[in-house]
Amino acid sequence: MRFTRHRLFWPLVALVALLVANTINTPDFLGLRLQDGHLFGAPIDILRNSAPLLLVALGMTLVIATRGIDLSVGAVVAISGAVALSFIGSSSDPGALSTVLVAVGIALALCFVLGVWNGFLVSVLGIQPIIATLVLMTAGRGIAMLITEGQITTINSAPYRVIGGGYWIGLPVSILIAGAIFALVAVLTRRTALGVLIESVGINPEASRLAGVQSRSIVWTVYALSGLFAGIAGLMISSNVMAADANNAGLFIELDAILAVVIGGTSLAGGKFSLAGTVVGVFIIQTLTLTVTILGISPSITPLFKAIVVIAVVLVQAPIVRRRMSSGPPRPTQTAPAPKTPVEVAA
Amino acid sequence: MSADQLVTPTKSTGPGLVGRLTGPLRGGGLDRRFLPVIGTIVVLALMFAIGGSRYENFLSGRVVSNLFINNAHLIVLAVGLTFVIITGGIDLSVGAVVALSGIMAASLFQAGWDAPVVIPMIILVGSVIGLVVGVMVHVFEVQPFIATLAAMFLARGLAYVISLSSITITDPTIVWLSSTRLRIGETWSATPSVIIALVVVAVGFYVLHHTRFGRTVYAIGGGEQSAQLMGLPVARTKVLVYVISGTCAGIGGFLFAVGSRSGYSLTGVGMELDAIAAVVIGGTILTGGSGFVLGSLVGVLILGLIQTIITFEGTLSSWWTRIVIGALLLAFVILQRLLVIRRRH
Repeated sequence: MRFTRHRLFWPLVALVALLVANTINTPDFLGLRLQDGHLFGAPIDILRNSAPLLLVALGMTLVIATRGIDLSVGAVVAISGAVALSFIGSSSDPGALSTVLVAVGIALALCFVLGVWNGFLVSVLGIQPIIATLVLMTAGRGIAMLITEGQITTINSAPYRVIGGGYWIGLPVSILIAGAIFALVAVLTRRTALGVLIESVGINPEASRLAGVQSRSIVWTVYALSGLFAGIAGLMISSNVMAADANNAGLFIELDAILAVVIGGTSLAGGKFSLAGTVVGVFIIQTLTLTVTILGISPSITPLFKAIVVIAVVLVQAPIVRRRMSSGPPRPTQTAPAPKTPVEVAA
Repeated sequence: MSADQLVTPTKSTGPGLVGRLTGPLRGGGLDRRFLPVIGTIVVLALMFAIGGSRYENFLSGRVVSNLFINNAHLIVLAVGLTFVIITGGIDLSVGAVVALSGIMAASLFQAGWDAPVVIPMIILVGSVIGLVVGVMVHVFEVQPFIATLAAMFLARGLAYVISLSSITITDPTIVWLSSTRLRIGETWSATPSVIIALVVVAVGFYVLHHTRFGRTVYAIGGGEQSAQLMGLPVARTKVLVYVISGTCAGIGGFLFAVGSRSGYSLTGVGMELDAIAAVVIGGTILTGGSGFVLGSLVGVLILGLIQTIITFEGTLSSWWTRIVIGALLLAFVILQRLLVIRRRH
């Protein structure tokens, strides 16, 4: 009975249910095969498609943990791809590794600065996160269009293709990058005090400041990281198609990321977060998308299924439903969150 | 000395309080609440002045009329959103609801239904989605952002299910509504859509500023717990604002369908952001508790005017619209922020 109360129980049930449904429909759904030294199969597809969303959702989790939200990530994704591809496209040697490295450096530095800008609006000027990041969300795609001059920039550069489409030891490079960053963030937040500090800022910024926590720098940091991660995701997305589409790159990725975070059990009210939950949320969304494609339903209808999953997960986690479900054995509600703490640390 | 210090602030708030109560009625006095709206009106006037000095024929009845005609649907959306935002909520679903009600109308007309049945039905669809959101927000305590995000996906998905391609509307009522032009004087004109939008503004203005329900909306935005303790019907009001916003989105979808004489499930992508931007530029504060329906109307006109100026300029590319809207949004948010800080000290 206790594990059903775990924060990750329902999201995991949803993910397993999706995978089982797929396996019943296509028995070798979970099968992997080796071809040209690369692994292929639906699970690899899910992993590879998840990489950009995972990065964006990772940054979003930290931002949401401080009771914020970052709507601008989609626009940052577009800007990142636009900057990198415009630089490579205008250089004399698009295929050189040094060109690609400089392009990646410029793009990521700009995205970091955009994240710092959001952090400045939120932490120094004290503007509500939703509207502070709405500014960049609105203007960002215009800026990306400005960079690409309204065109869809396409390039041909072998080293750049590796970021989104390459393989290393049989696995897609993109998921390796995303996995490494995830591990780094997990260690930083759960093995150092950073995670607790972020949570304390999310619970009460003023109280944490009075307690000696540097609320302002922490808020600033999470937005900067969110911008940086969105920038990396933008490189992956543009590298995957070798084109920068200012209008459509990363369109709605902010909504998918927020969805993944919420499905994973991180509350939008801030204060506690679960990185593992976010990963499960991302996999649920990508598996759902793949399922819709495999079932031969038009991919346009995916939003409907997303809506059903969100409504189901959110309602199951709603306080009123939780109270009803836990009302069986009469025990004080305060004790319920207690067993979660060790698990959170492990995450 | 210390007594003096204690008394002085009370004295200074005295006239302020009276002014705050009587100011709006007399239409005079420098009430802080009006400062954002005054800023909005100043920007609108400035934009007209700049446009008028740079381009011939800018300050004409035709330009102003077109401003209303092209943005009738957005005006209606902004009115609905004003209610939600004043309670401290947000509604991301309006753009998708516009698409859903538009494509529903088109497919129902295609199936041979009559306008008197279809029009109320597509508006009702918006209300029902608003009701679902309201129940999620109030009963299940889902954050408005997530509840309306789910509603957005739901409405968009349903629109796709109905049809993926654009459907032309040939119903005589809609054709009449979209082709009728009411001439006022030589250059001024209006469409039935503009009149519907202005009626919605008038009704919204009356409900928000002159009814008990409207005052409850402000009270919830000012402090939900205080409103509850004052014995105001918080639950009912919180659900109702989303129903209002959904209904306005339904009407907006109807007006958009009339304007384009078709239904398409891809319309209205990002329209909710335009509407939110209009409301914020119109002086409504996103944390709730303060804002005006007429301010939102002016906000929509400013967004429309940016587009008009860029069209008149000719050489500027369309993406400048988004950048200017973003910059304007930033300016207004910082202005609001400064006002809030001042009020505290």
